[in-house]
Amino acid sequence: MEAQAIHPCAANSDERVLPSIFRHPSAAAPLLITQGAEALLYRSTYLLPSTPCALKYRPSKPYRHPILDARLTKHRILSEARVLVKCRREGVPVPAVYALDEAAGWLMIEWIEGEVVRIRLNEWLKRRKEEDIAEGVDDGELLELMTRVGSAVGRLHAIGVVHGDLTTSNLMLRPRSREVSNGDSETASKMLDGNVVLIDFGLASQSQADEDRAVDLYVLERAFGSTHPRAESLFVEVLREYGRSFKGANVVLKKLEDVRMRGRKRSMLG
Amino acid sequence: MALLQTVRLEHLPYSHEIHIALYRDITNASFLQQQLLDGNTNFEYALIDAGVVVSKIHALAAAYRAVSDLLENRLRSRNVHSEIVFSLSPNNNIAESFRRFGITTSTTSLLIIKVSTPSSPASASEVQAHLTSSIEGEQVPFEDSVLAEMTDVPRVKKIYKLNSGGGGGGAKRNGQVNGGIEGLSVNGVGMRNGDERKELENLVLGAMALRGVTN
Repeated sequence: MEAQAIHPCAANSDERVLPSIFRHPSAAAPLLITQGAEALLYRSTYLLPSTPCALKYRPSKPYRHPILDARLTKHRILSEARVLVKCRREGVPVPAVYALDEAAGWLMIEWIEGEVVRIRLNEWLKRRKEEDIAEGVDDGELLELMTRVGSAVGRLHAIGVVHGDLTTSNLMLRPRSREVSNGDSETASKMLDGNVVLIDFGLASQSQADEDRAVDLYVLERAFGSTHPRAESLFVEVLREYGRSFKGANVVLKKLEDVRMRGRKRSMLG
Repeated sequence: MALLQTVRLEHLPYSHEIHIALYRDITNASFLQQQLLDGNTNFEYALIDAGVVVSKIHALAAAYRAVSDLLENRLRSRNVHSEIVFSLSPNNNIAESFRRFGITTSTTSLLIIKVSTPSSPASASEVQAHLTSSIEGEQVPFEDSVLAEMTDVPRVKKIYKLNSGGGGGGAKRNGQVNGGIEGLSVNGVGMRNGDERKELENLVLGAMALRGVTN
């Protein structure tokens, strides 16, 4: 690792050599799905062409000292993998971990079918607007989705993990297994259906602190709020279910009120 | 249909194909184990007790890890074949991994993996011929349904420390999180068993991926 780290990386990111996993053959070459500040997410395959996977690659940062860069990348890959494995063992719905190479900077995990809550929710709201359905009318489905979200987040916190970036883009709705996929999957009544799966644990950590948990909820509340004011008002459903999901959840809800008063960042005073 | 399967794993060079054979009712396990202990170069195979293998993916994951580590020059054991057995382990104890996952004198179901490399290429026909002449047992297809009958699930859960709410328990609570709709599925019990096995596989893969990571 040291030898690699000291080797000066090319200033231009295009010239940097991709790890061998990208260079060896596969049925379908890794397809770039999305790019965050730290990582690139590809869709690829694991072992066999029939097993899709997500490949998360953290390229080295040319502006960071190479040794520091290698250590940070390694630490982040491992911490994400550890948290995912822990969640999966404890029955929290997250992608399974398939393989990793912390020195090369990649993590291969289960591919989750479906779409993120943010997109589904927007489509649902748009359709209702088109159909001229008033807010608050017939929104049992949305309430039900909120309940499922509250339950999933509660389970996560109950096992001592905080997500660190809990937005509606990091909540997937996975089609329920082996359901008849044709028919009326297009109708609004199915749009918010599916199993909630938590994704992107790049900023997650193991913590039991009420403060950390409350910040997770606060970030999620703001995310729902930015989608639609109605969605924000229904956030009480998330909190209601969350409050029931583990012992100590009510203390977190109390803490959430403090966090709302001051925002996500903790005050440096006192 | 040939019973020996040859696979090119995703993200590995074509030059590193793997050949896989599955046998049951083995009667010469002691002899085979002795060949490994003696370092007989005619027996360069990963000889795995199929009782601790959950699925095809489980076995292929071990092969993938071992070949990757071979290509990156970071084998921890003697060669790529012993490394496959070690890759099944959730911890860094090599000797223990051989005892748990490798062939023992009491092994009756045996999974055999042979890696072909540029320095010692092995064709499917050569491998099959040698196995046919050396393995005393019935060769069966390398398929999930066949492996499933051989797996000692409690033992797998014990080795990978999945008894505290893992495996099926995890899947069950998963269902609860999402409203417990799973139970309503059309295929009923059979499908739930399949899902449980799949979940066990996922937990095992996670434990293997985390093997040896420090810091």
